[in-house]
This record gives sequence, C-alpha cells and structure tokens, in this order.
Amino acid sequence: MSNLLELKNVSKVYQRGIISPHANIALRDISLTLKEDEPTIMTVAGESGSGKTTLAMLLLGFITATTGEILYRGKNIAGLTGKDRLAYRREVQAVFQDPFAVFNPFYTVDHLLTVPIKRFKLARNKTDARNRMEEALTAVGLRPEDILGRFPHQLSGGQRQRINVARALLLKPRLLIADEPVSMVDASLRANILETLRNLQRDHGVSIIYITHDLTTAYHIAKSIIVLYRGGVMEAGDVDAVIKSPQHPYTQLLVDSIPWPNLNQRWGEHPIIAREADSVSTGCPFRARCPKAMEICKTRPPLFQINPSQAAACYLHDKQPEIVAERLSELLPA
Amino acid sequence: MMMDTKAAGAQAGSRNATAAYDAASAKSVLQVKGLEVTYYTDLGRAKALDDVSFTLGAGEKLGMVGESGSGKSTMALAMMRMIKPPGRIEGGSVIVDGTDLMALDDDTMRRARLDKIAYIPQGAMNSLNPVTRIGAQMVDAIKSHMPREGRSAIMDRCMHALRSVDLDSGVFRMYAHELSGGMKQRVCIAIGILLEPKVIIADEPTSALDVVTQRQVMETIDRVQDQINAAVILIGHDMGLMAQFVDKVAVMYAGRLVEVASVREMFTDPKHPYSQALISSLPNLDNKGVFQGIPGLAPSLLRLPSGCAFHPRCPHAEELQRTVRPESVTLAGGRTVTCHLYAEEGQRHV
Ligand SMILES: Nc1ncnc2c1ncn2[C@@H]1O[C@H](COP(=O)(O)OP(=O)(O)OP(=O)(O)O)[C@@H](O)[C@H]1O
Ligand SMILES: Nc1ncnc2c1ncn2[C@@H]1O[C@H](COP(=O)(O)OP(=O)(O)OP(=O)(O)O)[C@@H](O)[C@H]1O
Ligand code: SF4
Ligand code: SF4
Ligand SMILES: [Mg+2]
Ligand SMILES: [Mg+2]
Repeated sequence: MSNLLELKNVSKVYQRGIISPHANIALRDISLTLKEDEPTIMTVAGESGSGKTTLAMLLLGFITATTGEILYRGKNIAGLTGKDRLAYRREVQAVFQDPFAVFNPFYTVDHLLTVPIKRFKLARNKTDARNRMEEALTAVGLRPEDILGRFPHQLSGGQRQRINVARALLLKPRLLIADEPVSMVDASLRANILETLRNLQRDHGVSIIYITHDLTTAYHIAKSIIVLYRGGVMEAGDVDAVIKSPQHPYTQLLVDSIPWPNLNQRWGEHPIIAREADSVSTGCPFRARCPKAMEICKTRPPLFQINPSQAAACYLHDKQPEIVAERLSELLPA
Repeated sequence: MMMDTKAAGAQAGSRNATAAYDAASAKSVLQVKGLEVTYYTDLGRAKALDDVSFTLGAGEKLGMVGESGSGKSTMALAMMRMIKPPGRIEGGSVIVDGTDLMALDDDTMRRARLDKIAYIPQGAMNSLNPVTRIGAQMVDAIKSHMPREGRSAIMDRCMHALRSVDLDSGVFRMYAHELSGGMKQRVCIAIGILLEPKVIIADEPTSALDVVTQRQVMETIDRVQDQINAAVILIGHDMGLMAQFVDKVAVMYAGRLVEVASVREMFTDPKHPYSQALISSLPNLDNKGVFQGIPGLAPSLLRLPSGCAFHPRCPHAEELQRTVRPESVTLAGGRTVTCHLYAEEGQRHV
C-alpha cells in the first residue's frame, strides 16, 4: 500500500530578523501519513496562530520545512521536477483562507476558472470548458449567468469564498487542502458545500485536509482530527471520540467554547484564562492556561495513547502507553 | 496577564424576549424605514435592499442573518451612508436618537459616524494601519470628532475604551503586527466605542477567530454595550453565536427582511418558510453526516422571481405566491413576517 502524502518530523521556524534569538516555532515535529487508496477527510483544528495555515503552505510547497521532509507519492516535494512536478501541482489543490486576498482585482471571475482549465488541459473544447465551469459554480450555489463576467469587488464575502471552492471542484485533485473554506457562508449553504466536498472524497477518491476552527462542521464531515496548539499536536484521533470526549484540557476548552444554536445550552461554563503575552518556551505549551497544570508539566509531555483511536499530549494521561509521534497516523481512521 | 471573563459572561444573561419588545416600544434609539439600495452593474440593475424597515431600543441586540449575498453588508454600509458607485441609496430613512442620518449634510454625517453610529466592517482587523501605533489611531479618531478636547481628556477616553475591551494600557503604544487576531479585533471594537455611539454595527466580527477568542470578543461587546447602553446589530452566519448573544433576530432574503422575531421565537417557532429551513439546517452532534441544506439557488438580484422571491424554493408556494408580492405583517407579540401564509392572521403594516 503506497502513501499519497507523508510528513516526516516536519518543523517550521520563522526567524524574526536575521540573527534574532526569538525564533518563532510555527510548527513542531509533525508526522502524518495519507494513504493512496484510502481517501479520507482529516481536520486540522486549533486557535488563531496555532500553525494551521503554515501546515497548508508547507503541503502546497509554498514554503519549505526547516527540518523534516514531505513526500508526495514517495518523492520529496522539494526536489520534484518536470512531469512529477506538474502532476503534483495539478493533483494538490487548495482553497485559501482569505477570499479577500487571493483575487487579482483586474481580472473577472472567468479568468480565475479558465486559467487552470487551459493550464492543465481539462477540457476538450470551448463548450466543454464552459460546461465544466458552470457545473462547478452551480455546485457551490452560485448562478453562472450572474457571476461570470463580474469583478471580485462586485461580489460579497461568501460569494468570493465559494468561487475558490468551485475552482477546486473543477480541478478534481487527489488532495485538497481547504483552509476555512466555508467560514463566510450561512448554515444552509455550508451544509451544501460540505456535502459536495464529502461526495468528492467518497465518489472521486479525493483526500481532504479540512483546516478550521469550527468543530461542529469538522465533526460532521471529517473522519479524524488533529488539534494543534502553538505548532504542536495536543490531541488527535477519531473525530467522534475527540469531540464527544476530549481528553486534553485544551481540546476541552475548545469544545466547551462552541456556541451551540440551542437556547438551553449556555455558552462557556468554564472561564477563559487569557494566553500569556510571551510564551512559555519549555514544557507543556498550554501550561500557562491550564487549570490542571502540575509540577511535571514543566517538561514537554509526549503523546499518550488513550484508546485505540485517540491520543493526547498531557500528563493527566501518563498511566497510558506513550506513542511516538511518527506512529500517530496509525490511530487515525481513514 | 491573567483575566477571568466569567463575570462578564454571567451578567450577559439578561436576555428576555418580552423585555426586549417592551424596551423597543418604550424608546427606540434606531428606526430604519424603507431603506432601498440599487447597484447599477453592467449586467443590469440589482436591487440589493428593498424596503428594509426595523427598530431597535437602547441596550438591544439584533442579529442579522441571511444567505450569502442577500444584502447584509449592503444594509450596514447604507446605514453608514458609505455605499459607493455603482451603488445608490434610493430611499428611506435611518433615524438615530431622533436625527435622520439621510438628511444630514456630508460634514455632519462624517461626525455622526463613530459619534452616533459606529461600524466594525467585515475583516476589520486587517484595516488597522500597520505603520502607526494603536494609540495614535485612537487619538486621531477622537480629535477628528472633538477638536477642542484637551490632551488628558483624550487620554482618559482612550484608556477607558481599552480597559472596557479588556486590553492592557500597554497596547496603546503597540503596532498592529504585535497583536494577535483576537486582540486586533478588540482594538477595532475599542475604536468603535471611543465616542460612545448609540448604535454599533458589527459585520461578522468573529468569523476569522477560533471559538475561544470568539467567546472573548463577544463577551467584550456584551460588556461594553451594557456600559454605554448602545443598540448593537450583529451581522453573521453563525446561528450558534446568535443563539448565545442576541435578543432579536432579523432574517434577510434577496434584499428584504422576511422575518423579525425574538431569539426564542426564531429558534423554537420560526414562521417564514425560509427561516424554518434555516433553523432546520443547523448542525448538532446527534445527526452526524446529515447535511440539510436548502435546495435550490439563491435568486439573482438582477432577475428576481415574480411575486414572493422565495417561491421557487418554497414548499408552500401556490399560484398567489408566484404572482403577488407578500407584504410584511405583524403577528401576536409584535414579531413581523413577510409571507402570504400569515396574511389572515397578521396585521398589515401601513
Ligand atoms: N511569514 C511569517 N513570518 C513570521 N511569522 C509567521 C509568518 N507566517 C506565520 N507566522 C507565525 O507563525 C504562527 C502560525 O501562523 P499560522 O498562520 O500558521 O496560524 P493559523 O493557525 O493559520 O492561524 P489563523 O487561525 O489565525 O489563520 C503565528 O505565530 C504567526 O505569527
Ligand atoms: N459594488 C458592487 N457592485 C455590484 N454588485 C454588488 C456590489 N457589492 C455587492 N454587490 C451585490 O449585492 C448583493 C448583496 O451583497 P452584500 O455584500 O450586501 O451581501 P451579504 O449579505 O453581506 O453577503 P455575505 O454574507 O456573503 O457577506 C450581492 O449579490 C453582491 O453580489
Ligand atoms: S500537560 Fe499539564 S499543563 Fe499541559 S495540558 Fe496536561 S495537565 Fe495541563
Ligand atoms: S409567500 Fe408563499 S412562496 Fe413566499 S415564503 Fe410564504 S409561502 Fe413561501
Ligand atoms: Mg490560518
Ligand atoms: Mg457581507
């Protein structure tokens, strides 16, 4: 069984200035595997600044890892050339986080969609190209006759976001990295778009990495989840287990902070302890905010395996067997 | 810096449907009447706002929801008189505390922004100036409205605003890039409340934030609102946030307000077929993998369906709905709905 994508101990450090001592570790020792013949949907969740977009940028080859390597179909993406490189560019697609930033204001929506069709030779002729474009736009709830020919500034926030999703649908990649793809659309459309994404996985064998802070939609669409905090994995496993029974104090805070559309379930029983201005650099990264912090937490906790499909990096579970980061993927259901 | 926001959360619990209506009828700080906006595009005329009317009392919180592209941001911009060509405000009034903003000259309107009505735009935290300190941006905002205000009074105002959004006074000397997303968002709120406006409009203030930061920002808005007793309009898609935060919910569909009701009425007994579909599409943890979106596409503003704009997607559509446009009616308890199904039961507006 071959691997579609493999991350081996990947870290990313942003240097502040050239010789500054304050390096910012945006991602710390991440190992992950996605199998070629088991398309899955994996959620990456975590607060603002936890390293989610950094992970997406690494997978897309837009930035390079400081240490560790990323393999696509067994080859390091940093060294891809010629045909392999074109295949990777075509097969790995993204929906970017900020729909206000990615559009070139001088081109109409059509341009955004026709360029990849031409570049990757997706259509047999003009009519075919037009049909594909219309099909993709309709799938995200847009009317082609209204949208084609318009400039980005003439569209609402959610309309721009959906054009990005339409572009990804058009390309039918092998791996889709979707960074907050539905944050600006309403619940009903959100349901429609997520269903489209799930069908893409189920019927077309597309693996999806769904980056979000919305745990409710993560629960509905994903199979597995990885919870990041300051660049490190706090908890990972089966999405049902992690969201219904979170074991790491940080995941517990996240789940507790979900605003439910239910008047009888009030928001946030637990008080929020604000994150400290300058971070604790050693030990458990969540220590400063953790209501259960102990003396031992001053050293960095390893991952403990809580059950066959759930692990948490927290000393509250140190009676459980440790699991090395490289084997984390084995817990994640496909 | 450690802080406990529980107290703020607890005092936010004063939400009561009947009290909300009483407050509204007793004294409304905001009256929007017949607001209309059209975008004149190359493809034709798009009526983005059609006869939008509602009122809000001091201390009330209104949630504004509706499909993407239904006109929510347009409404906010129109209320601020910030619609740019090819858009045009074609009618209506926005009365804040007795003054009709639409009747003001440009200069007076400029002062009314921030002073009477403040707008925190979609993606606000990206709008802070990267090269000026936060403090300088705050001082500028005050000076442009109160040219005669003394230095120490200005400083007092800034510090008070920062404190009320739970930010350290040190933030005054910092630059935007030194702050996290949630902190920047709170700075934008602080600027919004500097002059203690009567009405605050926040356009998706937390859609880019994680749930924990989201909770902090909403608790902040809540507390600030309590202090200055402003009316708040929260635009957004997150029905969870609405359920936890607002008193009233207004539902926009194709540029019209199709329903306005208390948050409890909206979540337990929505009347308009679109609101009903919206409420039943909400996710919970019991029906994993069931996606219940509303079938069909949002209508084109360039070619609105005849009669009721929702009729092509409505399970109750009959001949009447396809030809005759429904008018807004008031139902028992003061809620309003724009749908033929309630024409008998409701009271016509004039
Ligand atoms: N180009 C850069 N230079 C320096 N630091 C950066 C850069 N890009 C990101 N960072 C830092 O790396 C960390 C992770 O950022 P990242 O954008 O991956 O977060 P995120 O999880 O996507 O957050 P959000 O939910 O706000 O989008 C942050 O502390 C950020 O400040
Ligand atoms: N400058 C413009 N020129 C032409 N049409 C516009 C312009 N700005 C907005 N529109 C159109 O007006 C309609 C309403 O847009 P608006 O931004 O108010 O929607 P919204 O309800 O805020 O949506 P979202 O939830 O996606 O932000 C949309 O159909 C949009 O395409
Ligand atoms: S390791 Fe310690 S500080 Fe970290 S989450 Fe667990 S109990 Fe809290
Ligand atoms: S007026 Fe008729 S078509 Fe429109 S929402 Fe009501 S029942 Fe449906
Ligand atoms: Mg990001
Ligand atoms: Mg908008």
